[in-house]
Amino acid sequence: MTDLYQAQRAMRNMRRAALQRGVVAILDVGTSKIACLILRFDGVEDQAESDGMGSMAGQSNFRVIGAATTKSRGVRFGEISAMNETERAIRTAVQAAQKMANVRVDHCIVCFSGGEARSYGLAGEIVLEDGVVKDSDVGRVLAACDLPDIGEGREVIHAQPVNFALDHRSGLGDPRDQIGNRLACDLHLLSVDASVVQNLLHCIKRCDLELAGIASSAYVSGISALVEDERELGAACIDMGGGSTGISFFMKKHMIFADSVRLGGDHVTSDIAQGLQVPFAVAERIKTKHGGVHATSMDDREMIEIGGDSGDWEKDRRQISRTELIGIIRPRVEEILEQVAERLEAAGFESLPSQQIVLTGGASQIPGLDGLASRILGQRVRMGRPLRVQGLPQAATGASFASTVGLCLFAAHPQDEWWDFDIPSERYPARSLKRALKWFKDNW
Amino acid sequence: MQSLGRAIPLRRDPAPSRWAYRMQRLWLTPLFRAGMRVGLPVFVVVLVGGVYLSDTVRRENMGAMIATMRDKVAERPIFMVKLLSITGASPELADAVRARLDVKLPQSSLDLDLDAIREAAERLDAVQGAVVRLGAANVLEVQITERTPAWVWRSEAGLMMLDASGHRIAGLTTRADRADLPLVAGQGADTAIPEAQAILAASPWAKRVRGLVRVSDRRWDIVLDRNQTVLLPAHDPVAAVQALASLDHAEDILSRDLTAIDMRNPDRPVLRLTPYALDALRTQASDMPEPQL
Repeated sequence: MTDLYQAQRAMRNMRRAALQRGVVAILDVGTSKIACLILRFDGVEDQAESDGMGSMAGQSNFRVIGAATTKSRGVRFGEISAMNETERAIRTAVQAAQKMANVRVDHCIVCFSGGEARSYGLAGEIVLEDGVVKDSDVGRVLAACDLPDIGEGREVIHAQPVNFALDHRSGLGDPRDQIGNRLACDLHLLSVDASVVQNLLHCIKRCDLELAGIASSAYVSGISALVEDERELGAACIDMGGGSTGISFFMKKHMIFADSVRLGGDHVTSDIAQGLQVPFAVAERIKTKHGGVHATSMDDREMIEIGGDSGDWEKDRRQISRTELIGIIRPRVEEILEQVAERLEAAGFESLPSQQIVLTGGASQIPGLDGLASRILGQRVRMGRPLRVQGLPQAATGASFASTVGLCLFAAHPQDEWWDFDIPSERYPARSLKRALKWFKDNW
Repeated sequence: MQSLGRAIPLRRDPAPSRWAYRMQRLWLTPLFRAGMRVGLPVFVVVLVGGVYLSDTVRRENMGAMIATMRDKVAERPIFMVKLLSITGASPELADAVRARLDVKLPQSSLDLDLDAIREAAERLDAVQGAVVRLGAANVLEVQITERTPAWVWRSEAGLMMLDASGHRIAGLTTRADRADLPLVAGQGADTAIPEAQAILAASPWAKRVRGLVRVSDRRWDIVLDRNQTVLLPAHDPVAAVQALASLDHAEDILSRDLTAIDMRNPDRPVLRLTPYALDALRTQASDMPEPQL
């Protein structure tokens, strides 16, 4: 745990260095695309701390000065499977973005969707020494949370305090300087497979970049796709990516749960490719151009040229109706949504006060998905598009860039995490020295 | 893994190679960029120039070439000065100036240093000021303002003419050459010429003045004919002269039988009589009855 603490602290320092230089790269390593944005920070600006713990890492305004997207290679289910290929893809994206920005970046903040994110709710409680909550007490209560057995070879990527309670008062955003006797906190911890993170780290290092932050894409797409009141009142964000579908619950501006389903738009494409006997690229094109989930009588008459270059006239002149295509797409989409519903149910989504669900991500762009989703997930479903950020090219404003844009927001306004607070001083030898001195004072 | 049997046309990889990627990043580094765009060309030019000029023969050749080119331009007839004209000076002084300037003509006007010529001309004692210019038709015109002699100074070194400000002009062989000029003598007389001028102007017996003598570089004596001397104070000698003038006007004192009138204390002039006059005075005093006090 201390190793992790140090590693994350080092990452935070790197982020601070990047902010000082003013340029940082945002890298979204997805299954179907790798997007790189280059942000220029206009300088650290103190904004009014209106909610939550307030940012320890400083808040800034930023502008996107470079953007590039490339087809992802060597990534499956949001995890790196062929490192060389992924490294090349990252290089392509970073180089194009650098060329557009005409500036060299050395620090990057990465998000990924794989690694089988598991979330844990932790609780900790301490007795305050002098009746007033100080910074060190916050660190102490966070350290007092019992770390559950997250399993062998897993690593924590988010550990965010989501709630503080002081005596009988709960739901405190910022307990500092308040008076009480017992301080309790709830901590949301997200763990991922360590090897996935290691691979990603290695890949970034081979691109001569320094990692200044890492985030789960389910979390960051929630930041960008949910609007302010949804995040406050409670909502689930479902980021339907290429290889995996991320689920994140937000409440009171904090993520309280995250999960992922290892199914995504690429599975729909592969279904089409298998069902129609066409190459993957053709299947992708047919899906994006003609895809849908509700068949109408009109769709029976709409014939789609499948094509092919086998040389066999019969095979190359095949046509299918759109209804047939929908017949291939719909079961898979339903399967994805049912899996999501299962996860939502398992996580206790029903008990949340607000049942809002926001669908985002590239695979959510299938026409008619909102109707299908509301049948499976619940009545309150809407399609989410990322927030507008300054300087973002028009091409990168679609739903498929939800996690990329969310990562920009995450880079600019990071949530306080466990490692932003100082480690409790009991762990330092200085404390024992103090205690020894005290003992001397008391006895002589 | 692709099978060995079939040759599949290789698709171009859109990804930059590792080195291309690194080079691009290096090129985007501001310091490196500035170095390559400014530093490197400057370095190359300096290096090539330095290597070329490091050879003595080459350097000399180049210097000679540049000198030849300059001479070619300078020697064009349009720049050549053939004549020196000196105006505003007496013929002797003009000759002296011409000898002093020592300008070799014809010479290119580009090689002429007019300031140096002017300074050389002004270094002559007899020249008060000089204006040097390149006139029309490439004539070097030197306009001289001559000093006018106002005094003759007799010093240990001989006779010397001074102008009104006390500046030396030229030596003189005999006093008779410039009998029209007043005479001063004594060490440091030349530095106090304005005062001497004022004394001379204030004295109404100018006809009788043989000269002024500077005593100890401090005060003046007026030497009159008949071996009479007027001793003037160091401070405000003109007032003393005026006082003496009024005394002379009233008592006709200078025509008496005196050798010196000491005006150093203007309130109490002291007279020195000739021995004969002293005897006469004594005789007269013994003849006269006791003065009634």
